[in-house]
Amino acid sequence: MTSDQIRQVILEILERIAPDEDLTDLDDVRPFREQMELDSMDFLDIVMELRKMYRIQIPEEDYSNLNTMAGTVEYLLPRLKDVAVGA
Amino acid sequence: MSVQDRIVITGIGLTSPNGNSLAEFRQNLLDGKSGVVNYETRYIGPVLAGVCNFDELRYQKKKDIRRGTRAGSIAVYCANEAVRDSGLNWPSVARDRVGVYIGITEHGNVETENEIYEISKFQYDTKVWSHHHNPRTVANNAAGEVTLNMGITGPHLTLGAACAAGNAGFIQAAQMLRLDEVDIAIAGGVSESIRTFGIFASFSAQGALATHEDPTKACRPFDINRNGIVVAEGGGICTVERLPDALARGAKIYAEIIGYAMNSDARDFVLPDANRQAECMQLAMKRAKINADQIDIVSSHATATEQGDIEEASALRRIFGDSKAVINNTKSFIGHAMGAAGALEMLGNLPSFDDGIAHATINLDDVDPRCALPNLVINQPRELGNVSCILNNSFGMLGINSVVILRKFVG
Repeated sequence: MTSDQIRQVILEILERIAPDEDLTDLDDVRPFREQMELDSMDFLDIVMELRKMYRIQIPEEDYSNLNTMAGTVEYLLPRLKDVAVGA
Repeated sequence: MSVQDRIVITGIGLTSPNGNSLAEFRQNLLDGKSGVVNYETRYIGPVLAGVCNFDELRYQKKKDIRRGTRAGSIAVYCANEAVRDSGLNWPSVARDRVGVYIGITEHGNVETENEIYEISKFQYDTKVWSHHHNPRTVANNAAGEVTLNMGITGPHLTLGAACAAGNAGFIQAAQMLRLDEVDIAIAGGVSESIRTFGIFASFSAQGALATHEDPTKACRPFDINRNGIVVAEGGGICTVERLPDALARGAKIYAEIIGYAMNSDARDFVLPDANRQAECMQLAMKRAKINADQIDIVSSHATATEQGDIEEASALRRIFGDSKAVINNTKSFIGHAMGAAGALEMLGNLPSFDDGIAHATINLDDVDPRCALPNLVINQPRELGNVSCILNNSFGMLGINSVVILRKFVG
């Protein structure tokens, strides 16, 4: 998957777990929590969705890499580089 | 009894398979309109059920609905509707003096089944079991979701009382108000049970799940051709207050709770016991300081099972056989709303204090002689004139019985 494809996957996950939010103008370098209502249980939903979709295990010590869209994409890129979209 | 111990209902919120407000529900009960429909369940396929269709987003965000439970959503909707109906100036209400007491038949089955279904798609890998499972399945879920939604910081309990639960919510409310634990109780019962296949499968295995080619005719309490329960979802929740508080704020008073009782059969896991049911009704009337002749309407619990209807009819004949009380049944319209049943059945009858009419029990074409009752309101509503007292029966598995008696409030 490319960076753009990963970004799109994360965006779709966010739309599912925060269905009341308008994510059109999401700033990739600002923390998610500054731009939307996202508590710890929601954050775990992101981790869970990635686990379900790509069988990727994200250890708790790595959670801080997922604070922003840019950080999330950067963290996931090497881990999903051999994964096809929709796999 | 001290005036402080007099307990009244001041606001009503409900969702039933045939109405999302008291006015709509009542009209459909008078019009004989059923809310039972064909329904698809996971694993089983087509069944019959009472399904609610209320505006979930009136009081919740999409995210709240996703995170919580159906029981929670029903409770949140009904509680908000009740408070709105009560005329309480909610922003100025001391939230630490509000208690939430909601009866429920079972909880956690829906959410657990959903999770097991989900992990089945991942070869039962428990690592994809949701972190939302525990807050969704704790037994206080429905009442807890109400407190979260409404900013209530007083006590909350979801009362597990099988199908006697709707009454149990009101009884708990009356007791807590009398103990001065709270100033306002948000009380009643809810059910999400149609969302679990297990309820249907278990009743089916027991030979107690209704079938009929016409869903609206499937629930047939006291009829010779009844063949079981129609499971329903729903909720009925009220604001309940001490009489002086309600009078002081000029509240509309729907009714006074003048008596109640709960007891246990101590006999069987599923079979009811007419003797204990009769004792429960007698105890409620004793506490209300009235006798059977003063009851105008008996809202029966009958679920359209073989033995259940026979037992309740036996208990009713014993107590009301020679009285003026008429007997009706709400399940015949909406099915068995489980934890909400007692509450919805009480509330559906409550407008008779104003209109003087007893709604019927429908689908009663051929009364089972073993269920014969002198004053059954059969298929058509009956004009009674003045209605002063309603007795509401609600019974459940493991032999739990509850009775609430309401009296028309005359200021």
